[in-house]
Amino acid sequence: MSEAVDIRTSNDASSVPLDKIEIANPDRFRDNTIWPYFERLRKEDPVHYTAESVHGPFWSITTFEDIMFVDTHHDLFSSEGGITIDDEDVEFELPMFIAMDPPKHDLQRKTVSGVVAPPNLAKMESTIRERASLILDSLPKNETFNWVDKVSIELTTQMLATLFDFPWEDRRKLTYWSDLITADETSGMYGSEDERRAELLKCLEYFTVLWNQRVNTTGGSDLISMLAHGEATRNMPPMEYLGNLILLIVGGNDTTRNSISGGVIALNQNPDQYDKLRKDPSLIPNMVSEIIRWQTPLAHMRRIATQDVELRGKKIRKGDKVVMWYVSGNRDETAIPNPDAFIIDRPKARQHLSFGFGIHRCMGNRLAEMQLRVVWEEILKRFHTVELVGEPVRVRSNFVKGYSDVPVRVHAR
Amino acid sequence: MAKIRFIEHNGKQHEVDASNGMSVMNAAIDNLVPGIDADCGGECSCATCHVIVDEKWMKVVGQPSDQEESMLDMNPERDKNSRLSCQIKVRDELDGLVVRLPQFQI
Repeated sequence: MSEAVDIRTSNDASSVPLDKIEIANPDRFRDNTIWPYFERLRKEDPVHYTAESVHGPFWSITTFEDIMFVDTHHDLFSSEGGITIDDEDVEFELPMFIAMDPPKHDLQRKTVSGVVAPPNLAKMESTIRERASLILDSLPKNETFNWVDKVSIELTTQMLATLFDFPWEDRRKLTYWSDLITADETSGMYGSEDERRAELLKCLEYFTVLWNQRVNTTGGSDLISMLAHGEATRNMPPMEYLGNLILLIVGGNDTTRNSISGGVIALNQNPDQYDKLRKDPSLIPNMVSEIIRWQTPLAHMRRIATQDVELRGKKIRKGDKVVMWYVSGNRDETAIPNPDAFIIDRPKARQHLSFGFGIHRCMGNRLAEMQLRVVWEEILKRFHTVELVGEPVRVRSNFVKGYSDVPVRVHAR
Repeated sequence: MAKIRFIEHNGKQHEVDASNGMSVMNAAIDNLVPGIDADCGGECSCATCHVIVDEKWMKVVGQPSDQEESMLDMNPERDKNSRLSCQIKVRDELDGLVVRLPQFQI
């Protein structure tokens, strides 16, 4: 059941020729067997070229230092046109500011960044605590349930509905749209690409109604009102509105959701750390950073080289696809001592790559940290243990590093 | 060597001795001055070591570089005297420097 066993079985990481490593193979993320492949690349070929793959040719950047370099040089590595390893669907383009370069990126981001900035968060904390308390108080007693559905999804979805001032009873639509965006063809969520597009257009339709309500009223502090009134966003074409909505939905949903689930798994795999936490709940803020590093809820971000760049002796050509594997950089032993260990009082725990660095650094990082802090504070007040009672089911994705099922039982204090 | 005074958002003051060549961010971290996170460890790429330099000191401290500007630019608490403290290197001329900490680091 422990991750340590998973890592060391069922792999040919030490014997496969470097040019045969399928570092983006989503099966290995689902099976949790990707780790030794990243370890090998970091040691033997940290800037690694894959000439042929289903994602086309791409570079893999695997060490902490090199990822920092690529992420902070937005002039050399562009985000324009997409931030995941798979190219955007040219027939269904969804512009969003995470996939834009300056100056447009800066203007659109600034329009909405205030809503998740700390002054606003301080006002939201008591609401988050109340909702987390209600969710935790209503959990089933003496039976096994899926933590992902009952806690992680419910809490992040409620938060998102609050940020959008979204009709409360419809809030699970947000979860559905978020999952639809990141799901792949094997997920069973949709039959064909056309079906998926049709569903996403329903999302646009729904949000257009909300936009029309709010564009005519002033003073709203929710994300839709901010977009509808912001100088850089009020004249967005519909698909750009949809693109930015999707960015905010996925950004505020999947990532925190999987970190909430990941924390339960990490503490169960490391009972000494769980003991340490029970004895000293003041470690929670530091633990939150450690959970976000350990989980790395988004495994990668991609860029396109804007000119020829030499990195570690490798020649990256203008136009090449460059993938920064945050998930690997966060386990880079040259930057983070004993990186595979989960240590809730780890020194410098905040220095991880999960939020990215540079101008595209996660806008909602403080909101995410606050949600995780509050949920763990409330968990510790109620439960001695959130016990993992079966194998977690991971999602099949090289981008969203998360879980669909985390079977647990809760034991009261 | 320089003495640097950090003033927290609530008014609490911390005076620390800093050696030449180190960053003002490190001077704060080494002396446990609260209110500076330094998530990127001094790479000018996260803006969580934001300080507001006392008006009188702006000339000596100087203006941010382009990269620093791009990080500061995204901060809603941006002030005309905002700097990232990891990008200010301590030197003799900075003896007596006064910087204020923002209410939040983002």
